[in-house]
Amino acid sequence: MDNLWAGAGHVFWAYVWPTHILQVLFVAVPLLVAIAYYTYFERKVLAYSQLRKGPNVVGPLGLLQPFADGLKLLLKETIVPSGANRIVFVAAPMITFSLALVAWAVIPFDVGVVIANINVGILYLFAISSLSVYGIIMAGWASNSRYAFLGALRSAAQMVSYEVSIGFVLVTVLLCVGSLNLTDIVLAQRHVWFVIPLLPMAVVFFVSGLAETNRAPFDLPEGESELVAGFHVEYSAMSFGLFFLGEYGNMILMSAMTSILFLGGWLSPIPLEPFTWIPGPLWLLAKILFVMFCFLWVRATFPRFRYDQLMRLGWKVFLPLSLFWLVLTAGVLTATGWVPAHAG
Amino acid sequence: MNLLRGARGLLLTELLSGMALTLRYMFKTPVTVNYPYEKGPLSPRFRGEHALRRYPNGEERCIACKLCEAICPALAITIEAEPRADGSRRTTRYDIDMTKCIYCGYCQEACPVDAIVEGPNFEFASETREELFYDKEKLLANGDRWEAEIAKSLSLEAPYR
Amino acid sequence: MIFTAIMFYLFAAAAIGSGVMVVSARNPVHSVLFLILAFFNGAGLFVLMGAEFLAMILVIVYVGAVAVLFLFVVMMLDIDFAQLRSGAAKYLPVGLLVGIILLAELVFVFAGWAIAPRVAGIAAAPFPSNAAITNTRALGDLLYTRYIFAFQAAGMILLVAMIGAIVLTLRHRVGTRRQVIAEQLARQRAETVAVVKVPLGTGVAD
Repeated sequence: MDNLWAGAGHVFWAYVWPTHILQVLFVAVPLLVAIAYYTYFERKVLAYSQLRKGPNVVGPLGLLQPFADGLKLLLKETIVPSGANRIVFVAAPMITFSLALVAWAVIPFDVGVVIANINVGILYLFAISSLSVYGIIMAGWASNSRYAFLGALRSAAQMVSYEVSIGFVLVTVLLCVGSLNLTDIVLAQRHVWFVIPLLPMAVVFFVSGLAETNRAPFDLPEGESELVAGFHVEYSAMSFGLFFLGEYGNMILMSAMTSILFLGGWLSPIPLEPFTWIPGPLWLLAKILFVMFCFLWVRATFPRFRYDQLMRLGWKVFLPLSLFWLVLTAGVLTATGWVPAHAG
Repeated sequence: MNLLRGARGLLLTELLSGMALTLRYMFKTPVTVNYPYEKGPLSPRFRGEHALRRYPNGEERCIACKLCEAICPALAITIEAEPRADGSRRTTRYDIDMTKCIYCGYCQEACPVDAIVEGPNFEFASETREELFYDKEKLLANGDRWEAEIAKSLSLEAPYR
Repeated sequence: MIFTAIMFYLFAAAAIGSGVMVVSARNPVHSVLFLILAFFNGAGLFVLMGAEFLAMILVIVYVGAVAVLFLFVVMMLDIDFAQLRSGAAKYLPVGLLVGIILLAELVFVFAGWAIAPRVAGIAAAPFPSNAAITNTRALGDLLYTRYIFAFQAAGMILLVAMIGAIVLTLRHRVGTRRQVIAEQLARQRAETVAVVKVPLGTGVAD
């Protein structure tokens, strides 16, 4: 027994400490700050698109606003409704938030700059993003409230529908790469970013990403005008805060996935001198920021979908389109002999 | 024609033109007025906090005719009057319940001597209800404080009355 | 190595524990949630075995899609436990009988279990390292060559089942008004709006 515990301690020191924790902190801490400032960014973008100024009182240019908001959420009282299923109610926001963080383990910031360079990186991301629905369903069910429950049901159907087309889009990309590894996927875009040959798929992926993260115009699970706040009506204080963080974390993750799959990850747009001086992670950051801006831009522009329109778009437009493009890509690749050789 | 429309639908031109519009708006100057630091312009007809005015020699204008009390649709004004030592008729009590007042401006219209007016001040929120029950002293103090602005608005308004 | 061992026992114990909870949990939603936990631990075991592709597919397909639908259905059910239990005594003998038969079958299966003679040879053969050939590729090589027929047949069966389900449930009700988006978008101003100059006091003839 002593031996076992000593072994476990050894294992801990050898496998977990120091580099892994440092690496995780290196990704997680900036990510949390990014999430905080994404809320600020969103409010500013929405404000300026509506000829307003947005938050500008707390700190210079309102830069401390996210911290003020976070502090407010932290200091409020967490209320668990009396009819709620306590354990599931409390677990739901934790699941949402931790899933949003866990996915970042496989995002490569440059060649070799990644926490876990696993073979099936893209499948891992897909798996994690398909899990994020559980936080919402559990929250909606455990709240024991009609609004929350309707939100959860909407969310379940919506996410399952759009995952199908996301899956096909991923397969299309994988056909052009021949590997499930995210680093390989980026390196396969050295000559041309996939957004150019696979433009329709990039659009389908982005729009499905909006639906997957429950963002406008697909924010039906929240739908504040008809469901009050949807799945998180009953949540308050930090349990609500975790949902909020999770949602924005998922948006940043979706942006990172779009950048890596279609915008060439850390590669510079033109592989020439002045552009290659800028380090890769900065390029990736710029691309992620652009996609993040697109999320907000879309929110500022379009009104919310009706639910039957959402289902029609997912099943009758995106699914056939992505299936067609998948077959087309496979056909073109075999016809021209461009099938990637290093299939691994 | 149909083909053209189909192509437009496929290329999402409508969505893109909508997004272009939002993008253009992001670069327009915001119309925000940074309220406590900046304020919008006020019309001379603005009806804000009440004030009782005085003549330039310091004599209060109000002659206790009670026309304002009579016309007040919200019954916010209460007046009591008695002859003063010099024989002139003056108010001993002039109260306005600001929580009742609907800021219709009838008191100002009814006043024959321009004594009760609604001034330009709209920032008189208070933390207690009691602070909003104005008495004569408070109203006269308001009049002294805002006399310059009130006189200006009245002179600007005079041609239209 | 000890790390893998610890993780194995952790995942295995959690899988069995949540499996038991699936059956014994009183609340059906809790059952489904424990089922998901069991799937997860299964995926963890796959990862420990070096079969990361299977692990991810397990999570994507079973947890991400199938279990969502389970949860969806179970959450919508309005189960009255008293009513469910009321018939328990009546069905107990039949249930016991079925259980005993199943148990006997299992006992026979285990008693008659013989390990295939080729297994020893396969187990002794060197395991291709991950660097040489990923298990994604290994699976693909097998599925699309040796088992292509079984693979495609399974796909066809699922497709037929899906079409069957749709055909059985699809009803086109007459008299309902449906939105045809293409038609709406194709409408032109000229077809729908007419600007008429109306002389005073005469009105418009329809």
